[in-house]
Amino acid sequence: MAEIQEKASSGKGGKKRAKKHSTKIDMTPMVDLAALLITFFMLTTTFSKPQTMEINMPVKDDKPENQIPVKASNAMTIILGEDDKVFYYFGLGAPEENPEVIETDYSAAGIRKALVSPRVKSNPKMTVMIKPLETSRYKNMVDILDELRITDTKKFALVDITDTDKQLVKTKLGQ
Amino acid sequence: MPRVKVKRNNPSLDMTPMVDLFFLLVTFFMLTATAREEEVVIVDTPSSVSEIKLPDANVITLTVDKNDRVFFGVDGQQTKKALLDKMASKYGVSFDEKESKTFSLLSNFGVPVNQLKSYLAMDGTERKNVNQPGIPLDSTNNQLRDWILETRKLNQKVVIAIKGDVDVSYSTVQKVIETLQDQKVNRFNLVTDMEARPKSL
Repeated sequence: MAEIQEKASSGKGGKKRAKKHSTKIDMTPMVDLAALLITFFMLTTTFSKPQTMEINMPVKDDKPENQIPVKASNAMTIILGEDDKVFYYFGLGAPEENPEVIETDYSAAGIRKALVSPRVKSNPKMTVMIKPLETSRYKNMVDILDELRITDTKKFALVDITDTDKQLVKTKLGQ
Repeated sequence: MPRVKVKRNNPSLDMTPMVDLFFLLVTFFMLTATAREEEVVIVDTPSSVSEIKLPDANVITLTVDKNDRVFFGVDGQQTKKALLDKMASKYGVSFDEKESKTFSLLSNFGVPVNQLKSYLAMDGTERKNVNQPGIPLDSTNNQLRDWILETRKLNQKVVIAIKGDVDVSYSTVQKVIETLQDQKVNRFNLVTDMEARPKSL
């Protein structure tokens, strides 16, 4: 483009000295822009993928008599309550067991401590049952699953809450 | 004494190959990047230490927002078109070509089947502002189950991801999980945010 214009002007003006234009252009801003775009696209492509947590639910068996019951000595029950409260006890929660319900929270010193306690860790058969109350939040469920992952607890199940568990929480809160 | 000619080096270097390379990379990233899908609702997902990434394709996303509404979303335009046909015949509604096209471009939606026709008839901005009631999932009218079932019939590789809000009550999530378990889907994903794993227990 520049050259063509140059020729035209020199033809008309006669003795006008042809100005020598350098064909080189400063590419620095262009490079800057390109690098910026690269950075943008690189970051957006890698960070846009959402994280997930895989969860396997126990298969619902139509015949309850085929299921092997968990022994009370190998069971720990965690109840997720409202307002981010957590309760746990060892055993299956049958009234004759008279389990000692302990209230705790989701912090590192709370439920995590209970999950790494020797009673859980030294027993490879220990099964943790998570029973969220209807009033608990979804975050509570994710948090507790996360704690189980952090503490490397392999055997756990998400179980529906029973009336006896609700009663246990009620008496605990009533105290 | 002869004059020593100092050779003057031009400090500017030829950037053309660099620019070529950069634009090649820009083009590559632009083409590979998929446009972020528009969300109908803003959902604040809880965080976890899990580092598994959600797959790119063949994902059903069940979004549960904090008002206990459930939204259904699946990827793949062809899948969505076929899915709409199946659902239309199941529920005795019909959709024309234009509505089917609109549906195939939706990332997710939360309207019952009988309201879907009027929802698809809206234009873009109107659709964005309309208050979607969520997909019904009561035991008497569980449309979510049919949506999932039909999608799974069409695409066997599909993975189900639940994207729940932090504050959604557990009973709603439980209903969604029960809907999945009724179909013998016992393995699914929960979409979470990143969180650093604590160093010591």
